[in-house]
Amino acid sequence: MSWTSIVVLVAGAFGCKLFGVFGLGRLAGGTTTRFEPLTALIPAALFAALITTQTVAGDQTLVLDARIVGVGAGAIAVWRRTPFVVVLLVAMAVTAAVRWQTWL
Amino acid sequence: MNGHRREGFVLAAATGIVGVTFGVLADAAGLTLPQVLVMSALVFTGASQLAAVSVVGSGGSEVAAVGSALLLAARNALYGPVVARLLPDSWLPKAASAQFVIDETTAMAVIQDDDAHAADAFWWTALWLWSFWNIGSIVGVWLGAVIGEPEVWGLDAAFPAAFVALLVPHLRHQPGRVAAFGGAALAVASIPIAPAGVPLLVAALAVVPGWLVGRRRSDEVST
Repeated sequence: MSWTSIVVLVAGAFGCKLFGVFGLGRLAGGTTTRFEPLTALIPAALFAALITTQTVAGDQTLVLDARIVGVGAGAIAVWRRTPFVVVLLVAMAVTAAVRWQTWL
Repeated sequence: MNGHRREGFVLAAATGIVGVTFGVLADAAGLTLPQVLVMSALVFTGASQLAAVSVVGSGGSEVAAVGSALLLAARNALYGPVVARLLPDSWLPKAASAQFVIDETTAMAVIQDDDAHAADAFWWTALWLWSFWNIGSIVGVWLGAVIGEPEVWGLDAAFPAAFVALLVPHLRHQPGRVAAFGGAALAVASIPIAPAGVPLLVAALAVVPGWLVGRRRSDEVST
């Protein structure tokens, strides 16, 4: 990659974060709290979408592979109130095992 | 260590392993170690960095690489209004803090009970995450050949599994459940028709039905 591309990427990524904190942040903070009920729900919507895309997204296609089994096992571990570190290890181990057995 | 600091540490350690994946792919795509260091230290948003080096590694153009990376970085803007009140008031420290407004820090901050704990969780997660992410990236460049395919270790399941745990507190009230279910549904619907990153932005629209459900319920309580 050229240094130009990397500088553009650095500036663009930081610009997104700045716009969020200063531009959109003004909607939620300061004197107007009108949008607070809406912004409070952003993590719920985005984290659910992150889980979904990281689990079933391929290259602009839906892909069902070892990830869904591993993340499912992780979800069961969460439901059983397993410590956080164990949840991650269960998800990784199950995904790796399914891959090793089937090359899903 | 406090519970949230320990969880932030574990989350950061897991992300550091994803950083190794980034280092491996960046090295394979022909990036130099200084380039990898600058990206991890200053871009500091994992999905974007992975997308950029994947596009370049698979022979895509640099414009496409930067474009897809920035689409994935755009969601960080949506976290701004969520955590802005936890950041310093004066503009320069606030601008510098914005660098750390990403998935993991927001997630750890918003599940705390009060703002003091939220700010503490935000900063400890940011500190651990930045350290592990950069160390992981360097290790990936150095040990790429030894590690081989990162998928063999199931590393790609660690991030979504972590976010299952981080999502659960948001499911305890109905507006949160509606927003989460709606967000997941909108993401699934848009994955086949939009480039990576866009499904996350579309999913943010699910806050609207969640908010409507919450407003109706509070009306019922007040009448």
